[in-house]
Amino acid sequence: MSAPLSGPILAIDRLAVSFPAESGRVTVVDRVQLAIAPGETLALVGESGCGKSVTALSIMRLVPRPGRIEPDSRIRFDGRDLLSLSVPEMRALRGGQIGMIFQEPMTSLNPVTSVGRQVEEAILLHAAISAGEARRRTVELFGMVGIPEPEMRVDAYPHQLSGGLKQRVMIAMAMAMRPRLLICDEPTTALDATIRAQILELIRNLAATTGTAVLLITHDFGVVNVVADRVAVMYAGQIVEEGTREELLARPRHPYTQGLLRSIPRPEARGRRLEEIKGAVPRPGQWPAACRFHTRCPVAMAGCYIHDPACSDVSPTQRAWCHLVAEELRQ
Amino acid sequence: MTASGNDVLLELRGLRTWFPIRTGVLQRVAGQVKAVDGVDLAIRRGETVALVGESGCGKTTVGRSVLRLIEPTGGSIRYDGVDLAALTSAQFHPYRRRMQVVMQDPGSALDPRATVRDSIAEGMDAFGIGAGPEERTARVAELMRKVSLDPETMWRYPHEFSGGQRQRICIARALAVEPALLICDEATSALDVSIQAQILNLLADLQAEGNLAYLFITHDLAVVRYFATRVAVMYLGRIVEEGPTERIFAAPRHPYTKALLASVPSLDPARRLIRPAALGDVPSPANPPSGCAYHPRCAVRLAECSLKDPPVVSFANGMCRCVLAAEERAER
Repeated sequence: MSAPLSGPILAIDRLAVSFPAESGRVTVVDRVQLAIAPGETLALVGESGCGKSVTALSIMRLVPRPGRIEPDSRIRFDGRDLLSLSVPEMRALRGGQIGMIFQEPMTSLNPVTSVGRQVEEAILLHAAISAGEARRRTVELFGMVGIPEPEMRVDAYPHQLSGGLKQRVMIAMAMAMRPRLLICDEPTTALDATIRAQILELIRNLAATTGTAVLLITHDFGVVNVVADRVAVMYAGQIVEEGTREELLARPRHPYTQGLLRSIPRPEARGRRLEEIKGAVPRPGQWPAACRFHTRCPVAMAGCYIHDPACSDVSPTQRAWCHLVAEELRQ
Repeated sequence: MTASGNDVLLELRGLRTWFPIRTGVLQRVAGQVKAVDGVDLAIRRGETVALVGESGCGKTTVGRSVLRLIEPTGGSIRYDGVDLAALTSAQFHPYRRRMQVVMQDPGSALDPRATVRDSIAEGMDAFGIGAGPEERTARVAELMRKVSLDPETMWRYPHEFSGGQRQRICIARALAVEPALLICDEATSALDVSIQAQILNLLADLQAEGNLAYLFITHDLAVVRYFATRVAVMYLGRIVEEGPTERIFAAPRHPYTKALLASVPSLDPARRLIRPAALGDVPSPANPPSGCAYHPRCAVRLAECSLKDPPVVSFANGMCRCVLAAEERAER
């Protein structure tokens, strides 16, 4: 991991999350290791059910019951062990030093309170300032996230705002306490193309100007390219490859990352068949043994069915969990 | 629009679908949401026409109006030369077989209590295709093989299949009645990218095999650029630009098309910047701006754009609804 001397703001180690099922507990996140440096944007990429959203929820300790973070897991934020914090301590952190943005701004806002009031309440929950000061700060935040006429828009109700403006309100709320970490789960998936572009630019600019670290959960490599510094790819509950944006987009080594990138329709592919990854995305509880990708992998070898792949360092910043990559590096 | 030649399968002329806005206790009609407001579009046999635009632009309403799931307010829908909009619903029935739809969410498009066999055979029952249940079952097996599903699984229920497999079931069901046109409304949007590639390949195979035409309604421009023969860009109920896919992507004419294309993130790590796209937000179709509906968001608007309807400028192979395109052509 390329953690600077100051140390990562977030360090996840051996994170495991399970849910009960008919036949014992089903693991949905399995021994995930991640670190994000201050000011860095890490994209966590994968298909549905890969565990990326549960990883984000774990950091906020919002894994829905009866889901459980396994006792061996470690999540350190700014040097503190998040998993041993009390409930009030954790609550103070959420919306304070850790901001959050979700996919659906429509369902995250209270429909009967003005959007300005909702941001003010969030500020007053965390800061000992006057109501007038909170209002002034809200108007300032609305301006910062590019909401036109912020003095007027603070009095608007959610239904009076477009999807793009509501997502800007959510970002303003998340940034209200100048968080050290901003977690964005599919922040632009529900938005139209022209609005998505505006919001991505906004997130990138905010990260650059405020020094906030960003964990971006997405399934879209286009979004990754616009916003991320580093990328981690998840498959069936595990991280299978990690590297800088340039490394993973230009020189992916894991067959899953390669397959994902090749299956995206590109202009050059016009008139040709798209490369597919065969089969279906396996559901939690039905993950194959050993390398979990072996059932869909076009280059699987005998060992892939038997042993868990170990971590191979491709470069100081890129690594992959793959038997083939390990063999290629040995040669 | 160049809709000449008898290979035209479906031709929309001035299609309008308006929804009344009712207010007050008396539910008086206070206005109209012009969801589709004068759409011209032609689809030839065996080609893929993409209808693109942002939410609320009316693209889904066009598809639903063609199928008469919503009754159009005006204009014509000519299928093989017959105006479907003028038919009674009994007269329309046989045409329904020719046009099938595949929607975004294969989960809710299938009856959870019906076996896959029954879901696929539903249309055959309705149109009297196949001599009896056994013949239909044999045909279901054939269709399942065609979309790469194991016919052995035909007695199972939708929840036992993955999202990609369910979309294959929906496609098999649509094909069962031998349509000439498949309306794909965000048919791959909810699928994972590795599964989307499988479905796009399947649709390409089916088209090559059966001369199927597709009306591809989507917001995903990467899919459009890869897959479509022609592209029509919609904005607030109207088509603002139409033409061959390569031309639209290489040299878009309408400022909205330009903004839309500029907002697609590249996958090239050397080109990460998104150029500034359209300004602000998409206005409500219930209260569209005057003149050119795009003018409040347009970076190159002229004074007259807020006052006058933009001219429809025809080109050798397509059209553009913009005063700048008219000037551009006049200069040549």
